[in-house]
Amino acid sequence: MDAATIAAELKAEFPDEVIDINKFRGQVGVYLKKNRILDIARYLHDTPQYNLDFLKDLCGVDYIDIKVPRFEVAYNLYSIKHGHMLRLNVQVSENNAELDSVVEVWAGANWHERECYDMYGIVFNNHPDLRRILLPEDWEGYPLRKDYPLAGAEEEWRGFKEVLKKAEEFKQYAWNRKKT
Amino acid sequence: MEQEEDLKTRHMVINMGPQHPSTHGVLRLKLELDGETVVKCTPYVGYLHRGTEKLAESMTYLQVIPLTDRLDYISSMTNNIGYCLAVERLFEIEVPLRAKYIRTLVGELSRISSHLLWLATHALDIGAMTVFLYAFRERERILDLFELLTGARLTVTYPRIGGVKSDVNQEFIDTAYAFAEEFPSRVQEYETLIDVNRIWLKRTVGVGILSAEEAINWGLSGATLRGSGVNYDVRKRFPYDAYDLVEFDVPIGKNGDVYDRYLCRVEELRQSVRIIKQCIEALPRGPIMSPDAPKFTLPAKDKVLGDMESLIHHFMLITKGPMTAPKGQLYVAIEAPKGELGYYIVSDGTGKPYRMRIRSPSFVHVSALPRLCEGRLLADVVANIGTIDVVLGECDR
Amino acid sequence: MIDTCVSLIDVEEGIKIIPGADVIITQLDKLINWGRKSSLWPMTFGLACCAIEMMSTGASHYDLDRFGIIFRASPRQADCIIVAGTVTKKMAPVVRKVYDQMPEPKYVIAMGSCACTGNVYRTYSVVQGCDTFLPVDVYIPGCPPRPEALMQGIIKLQEIISKEKMRWTPLR
Repeated sequence: MDAATIAAELKAEFPDEVIDINKFRGQVGVYLKKNRILDIARYLHDTPQYNLDFLKDLCGVDYIDIKVPRFEVAYNLYSIKHGHMLRLNVQVSENNAELDSVVEVWAGANWHERECYDMYGIVFNNHPDLRRILLPEDWEGYPLRKDYPLAGAEEEWRGFKEVLKKAEEFKQYAWNRKKT
Repeated sequence: MEQEEDLKTRHMVINMGPQHPSTHGVLRLKLELDGETVVKCTPYVGYLHRGTEKLAESMTYLQVIPLTDRLDYISSMTNNIGYCLAVERLFEIEVPLRAKYIRTLVGELSRISSHLLWLATHALDIGAMTVFLYAFRERERILDLFELLTGARLTVTYPRIGGVKSDVNQEFIDTAYAFAEEFPSRVQEYETLIDVNRIWLKRTVGVGILSAEEAINWGLSGATLRGSGVNYDVRKRFPYDAYDLVEFDVPIGKNGDVYDRYLCRVEELRQSVRIIKQCIEALPRGPIMSPDAPKFTLPAKDKVLGDMESLIHHFMLITKGPMTAPKGQLYVAIEAPKGELGYYIVSDGTGKPYRMRIRSPSFVHVSALPRLCEGRLLADVVANIGTIDVVLGECDR
Repeated sequence: MIDTCVSLIDVEEGIKIIPGADVIITQLDKLINWGRKSSLWPMTFGLACCAIEMMSTGASHYDLDRFGIIFRASPRQADCIIVAGTVTKKMAPVVRKVYDQMPEPKYVIAMGSCACTGNVYRTYSVVQGCDTFLPVDVYIPGCPPRPEALMQGIIKLQEIISKEKMRWTPLR
């Protein structure tokens, strides 16, 4: 099935949710509102002629200064059986950065959503285990947001400060320490 | 009643990694054990999170290539190819045929070296030390080939946007062909060591079973998915480079256990050799860099040294990046040795990627580890980590 | 029976042999350092790309065993830690803990640009060189260093060990 056809049918099924359909380099992206993402996911997954059963990727994008709402969560879907691909671009605003988790539809979304939370601070409702994944759990800030500096926040992470302190402290036990 | 309470047993929690020889890097697992059975397995990743995606946003399209090397450092060639393909698709650059064949050739060499390292460490974890030494012997020859071609052993940075860095010479072709001729007999050597080895069979057959539906639902890919009997190979589904011009089979497993995945990967070694031979035999003459996209590809080195315009062009491309990048977003995937490696690039029209997301197979595979380990024995954890073929550089990015 | 007229033979600086008596005269320092440097057991502690080259160095082609180097999986049995790869801030406490678990005498080799300086990864999560929290003895540059480079680094460490004085007594 053609991805553009699926997008058109999706728009017919959920007219209030679909904002726009974008086509670029042969790939079709459907811009969606976030409210009924779980229904849409289930619809695309369960309808036999779509059968988008393979979640290739799920990630966030930060469009600060470019558009409103600021965040976008992109779902790249694929059907192993039919071989068609579709992308969902779900719009998420900054002051209400939360949407429903799709883990019950695709189990593989679990860690992708955790990473998205870790990097952008987007909260996924009803996620089974929403914790930071790549960064330490007491890390502050969301690094992939565009306003986060590349070299890190000025305030060093607590855990690393402790290591530095410990290293300084243990220097007195070094065998070749200078006698004072 | 009181006595019964006294006899209550508690689950034991043990911590495996990040410093553990069989977690293939810095993976950490928190295992809750009831006797020897794993009740709950919680993987912790991120110990090698280097911020590649954030760093890529501050670099030009060309500068990102060396970063991709260090994701899946076992087969850096395929990472480079995947990234270059994504950018080429974005810029609509057509790569010349010779470059396509060369990429396919080195990509498959890379696949062999990755699978050899997987076989070596997987076997070592399960207890077969000899395979490790044998596999590294052959792997060293592939690294020598890469060194001959690129000057580096691991982090090659050989493909470029629009082609490859330099042409292959006759010595490389001869050595690669001799290697391809000899390698199947080496594969047989590994097989005689473990294929029907009783310990190997006991440790792998019936361990870590995943059904096809489940494997798809978890988003697994590569041989980990094909071991469960799903015919999904990006090289066949979305042919890139010269994969639609060469013949090869995609091995499919039946039972979806550790042993089947092992068989799939070993068969892939043979198929890779087949592709390498075809690539060498069919290698056409011609340019190695796309000539019709001068705005995005680097001019040839001899031109840069002699021609003023090319020098300026080279300078601008290196310092500022491509000036007129199209706006848009796309997801391009390749079949890396570990599975589907995808790049999701968002371009805002400048010379730097606005967002570069790396869909790494290892990340997804590790997330399925609790499903494989829970309810099984502690000893199977090691077999399961080996079979999903993870590399943490790619998992944590 | 030692013939007192026989003169001692200098093998190298500080080591003398009494011919015919199978006796070697040397300093305790030399003897201990010789023992240490000839069976340097590093820990298998791979962090990133460099770990693969470290494995290659230990495997069949380059064969570290001929230097008396055998990788140990436990810090308690190791003499030396090769920090092979990028140290992230999340990993730093672990590296430090592993180092602290090793018994004296212990040495640190920073393998690769990431462990030396942080390499290109000037990012929020990467430690800019593991010498910020570990006393590094030998730096090996390269991304990743070739196995030969690692071997040379180890030989350099052996040279350092052979020059140590009184590292066997608290009375120094």
